[in-house]
Amino acid sequence: MDSGWARRFGLAILVHLLLLAAWHFFVVLGEVPKFVMPTPKATLESLFSGNYRWMENIWVTGVEIFGGYFLAVGVGVTLALFFSWSRLLDQLFMPLLVSLNMVPKVALGPLIIVWFSYGIFPNTLIAFSIAFFPIVLTTARGLREVEPDLLDLVRSIRGSRWQIFVKIQLPGALPYIFSGMKVAAVLAVAGAIVGEFLGSEKGLGYLMLQVQVTLDTAAMFMAVILITLLGVILYGLVLGLERLLVVRDARVQ
Amino acid sequence: MPASSEPFIRIEGLRKTYRTRGEDFLAVSDVTLSIEAGELVSLVGPSGCGKTTLLKILAGLHPYDQGTVQIGNPAHPFDPARDIGMVFQQALLLKWRRIIDNVLLPAEILGLPMKAARERARALLDLVGLAGFEDKYPYELSGGMQQRAAIARSLVHDPKLLLMDEPFGALDALTREKMNIELLRIWRESGKTIVFVTHGVQEAVFLGTQVAVLTAGPARMADHFEIDLPHPRTLDVKTEPRFGEYARRIYRLLGME
Repeated sequence: MDSGWARRFGLAILVHLLLLAAWHFFVVLGEVPKFVMPTPKATLESLFSGNYRWMENIWVTGVEIFGGYFLAVGVGVTLALFFSWSRLLDQLFMPLLVSLNMVPKVALGPLIIVWFSYGIFPNTLIAFSIAFFPIVLTTARGLREVEPDLLDLVRSIRGSRWQIFVKIQLPGALPYIFSGMKVAAVLAVAGAIVGEFLGSEKGLGYLMLQVQVTLDTAAMFMAVILITLLGVILYGLVLGLERLLVVRDARVQ
Repeated sequence: MPASSEPFIRIEGLRKTYRTRGEDFLAVSDVTLSIEAGELVSLVGPSGCGKTTLLKILAGLHPYDQGTVQIGNPAHPFDPARDIGMVFQQALLLKWRRIIDNVLLPAEILGLPMKAARERARALLDLVGLAGFEDKYPYELSGGMQQRAAIARSLVHDPKLLLMDEPFGALDALTREKMNIELLRIWRESGKTIVFVTHGVQEAVFLGTQVAVLTAGPARMADHFEIDLPHPRTLDVKTEPRFGEYARRIYRLLGME
């Protein structure tokens, strides 16, 4: 089993390296102009040249992604808890949330910028609005999925509503919460970048628009890679937390 | 055991109807039963005969319209808040808990001293044949073993009454027979009063000291009688003529002859 893991890890590394190699040889052998596609080497070099202020832009985009994401987790899970406690709240607001979920959140971007101006806060809000829905919907679903017989078992010895919640409902919902959190992690990254495209003075998305004007494709590639890395870090954190909290068999695959 | 004039469980003229969409729907009726402490009573019948409803009334989960249900007597006092153990068709173990912690669930809910409860849980896992599986997760156990863990869980708070709702209904035929023998052993060693719901006629006769036969449409108790077969029972009992006679009697009551 251990060697199987090493094998899969090795293969994963290999296929990524192969992609890099294919990229390199495609550009070099195809004599692709560098404003269309830079080599991996030129892309990497952009990290150490020019006045891109990478660190500052990474920081800004990172704050938007992580800020919007964790806000979405906090608010989403809390709302779902209220829904599971109150049937009225659930019946009132769940249909509304399902409808609002259908609104393309990206389309709200220009409005959010009208309301809150440019900057980190409106971009965080866009990331939040797009990451929020999968979390609240999956959490609410997970909290609902309790076996009626199990409730009977607890009630037959006069277990309280609170005991049912803490011992059965909440741990039972964890796999659902994490599956929503994984979907939301990908969406939060997209949300933050869309916000930066729409109007911003800082961040990796903003940087991409700046260097696009001068056809500095290497820097654009680097920005995309860095955005991806931010997403990978967030996703990795969620995955690690899931591994810590959720028993293997209980995870939603 | 002092002889007592009162049985442990006395049910008289029990009747319950549900009201759905303005119509009354008879869930169970005509139930009159006396169960002594330490008996294992089978409730047998088709779907919709009210056997599960009866079980839930005994568990204090459902109200009823008419009749009397009385549990406990001076020799065996009964506390409805803590003297019920339940086992269902599905083991319903919590996937994120180890077996021992699953068994401990009722003890946690009742706020029992956990150190003693943990020892008891270990002893019960031993009793149900799961010694050494304490730290496994449910998915690492077969269906039959999960059901054994569910039985251990139902006993951990030392309830006086064990209610079992088709506990072996989801198991394959061979595992089911094996679990029947195991249940008789657990019943003998624990001395519990057990009410066992099943739609298996053979299972009802094999396990029961007494059988209550319930029919559907309308849902009512048709008859009940003692099963006078010697204990401890082995599978050999199924080849005895009396076993066949009891089974035939049940089939006849169910209109299947």
